[in-house]
Amino acid sequence: MLHLTLFLFFAAIAVAGAVNLLVQRHPINSALSLVVVMASLAGEYLLLGAEFVAAVQVIVYAGAIMVLFVFVIMLLNAGEEARSKGSRVAILLGVPGVTIGAVLVAWVVLRYSNAEAVSMYALPGDPQAIARLLFHDFLLPFEVTSILILIAIMGAVVLASPPQAIVRRRRTEPAQHETRELAAAGKER
Amino acid sequence: MPAPHTDQRHTMSITTFIVISIVKSLAVIAVLLTAVAYSVWLERKVSARIQNRWGPTRVGPFGLLQPLADGAKFILKEDLTQPHVYKPLYIAAPIIALVFAITSISVVPFGNTAYIPEINVGHWFSTPEISTPFQITDLNIGLLVVLGITSMGVYGVALAGWSSNNKYSLLGGLRASAQMISYEVSLGLSLIPVLIKSGSFSLRAIVESQRHLHWNIFYLPFGTLAFFIYLISAYAETNRTPFDLPEAESELVAGYHTEYSAMKFAMFFMAEYANMVTVACLATLLFFGGWLGPVFGPPVLQMILPIIWFCLKVFFFMFLYVWVRWTLPRFRYDQLMAFGWKVLLPVAIANLVVTALIVALRA
Repeated sequence: MLHLTLFLFFAAIAVAGAVNLLVQRHPINSALSLVVVMASLAGEYLLLGAEFVAAVQVIVYAGAIMVLFVFVIMLLNAGEEARSKGSRVAILLGVPGVTIGAVLVAWVVLRYSNAEAVSMYALPGDPQAIARLLFHDFLLPFEVTSILILIAIMGAVVLASPPQAIVRRRRTEPAQHETRELAAAGKER
Repeated sequence: MPAPHTDQRHTMSITTFIVISIVKSLAVIAVLLTAVAYSVWLERKVSARIQNRWGPTRVGPFGLLQPLADGAKFILKEDLTQPHVYKPLYIAAPIIALVFAITSISVVPFGNTAYIPEINVGHWFSTPEISTPFQITDLNIGLLVVLGITSMGVYGVALAGWSSNNKYSLLGGLRASAQMISYEVSLGLSLIPVLIKSGSFSLRAIVESQRHLHWNIFYLPFGTLAFFIYLISAYAETNRTPFDLPEAESELVAGYHTEYSAMKFAMFFMAEYANMVTVACLATLLFFGGWLGPVFGPPVLQMILPIIWFCLKVFFFMFLYVWVRWTLPRFRYDQLMAFGWKVLLPVAIANLVVTALIVALRA
């Protein structure tokens, strides 16, 4: 009973946070709503007995990735968004479409999965079980994913770094460059 | 799944469990806040002695009542709210900072098991036999919980800087979030050798694995190296000198809390010192054998001595914090970032890989 109450409590917070994310006009409020969603999902994991996943959810998503989101919003000093009225097509087609889609998904899930509620400790949740899954049963997919992420990081570095010519010039004549600028600034003063 | 040590919890009734948990939480919060108040006193006193001054002397003997006077002052001062701030987040930021700073103490074990025998006073009052660990709760992911909660604490600082709508505050908030994200990586990596050695995330199990002076700091050279990486990144995480760039007063006025006054400022102050206490507790638990130490005498003394050892070790780290602050000058910001990413992180990774290899070869 307590279990179900807590589950519904966290679910309500998660949904409320997700709705608030869309409704808010300021990016920083939306980002913070997303933090709330992540944290309440961690609560749901905890209720399912997956404490390791819950802790990682908080550390990685709520504590690191969302901090970077907030950091970027602060750095760019993004202001409030203007609210548009939305297109008529979106309202006429989108709302019924989403409703039908959600009902279909719910029906398929209820019909074709064995519709028992997942009880606590039914899934592997402790660190050792997770480690066995990641580093033994699913080692290859795990490593492939990590290489994929590594490639993405390297791609980001390549895209973000300045062209080679500029780097080379900076490396060969940094001192003269800066001295010249300083001298110019001194003359102006 | 509960950790193996907490099995006795299932034998006690739910009412007893709730009462004990509430009592323990209140006691821990009271002790933590007192410790926070007196570490401020310690800081002022030690810094004064380092600079050949007296420090607080007027309020009580040795200025011991100074924290109370400071508290009264913070409560009575005018609470200014500038018109240009973004109010919801401006008010929420100190609350976030303080809540997460205090919550992280909840899984820290202070000592062995407390044992209270059955008490019967007449027919109308009796308490059952109680045996409970000196800890609010023992989780088998204890260390991860501490890391998760402290990583949420950065929101308080970042949002304070942003919502103040002031360039110095914003720069302080930006520096704080960048610095905390950067050093969190090396902090996490420095803890993994300890985890490899003890084989558990439970702080109680980690301490138990260091019995007979097998403290992790003496696990040469990996434990020692990991300890120093932990210490450096923890200083950066708690924004303390030499890494107190987010509140560098010569550049940023007071950084992220420039616009805060009265109790809101005090909440940031308390959060900073509570974080220091958590860091000191973790250093003690992970590297210095927690509450382990010589235990002798009658049962009551045997129950209390571990707590005394724990407190002494934590006190040492609090003293170290102050000592370092008044000895070392502040880093420049680019030095801070370069040191974190180019020195600390590679060393932490190398230490982790070599430790893992050696443990695997010995197994």
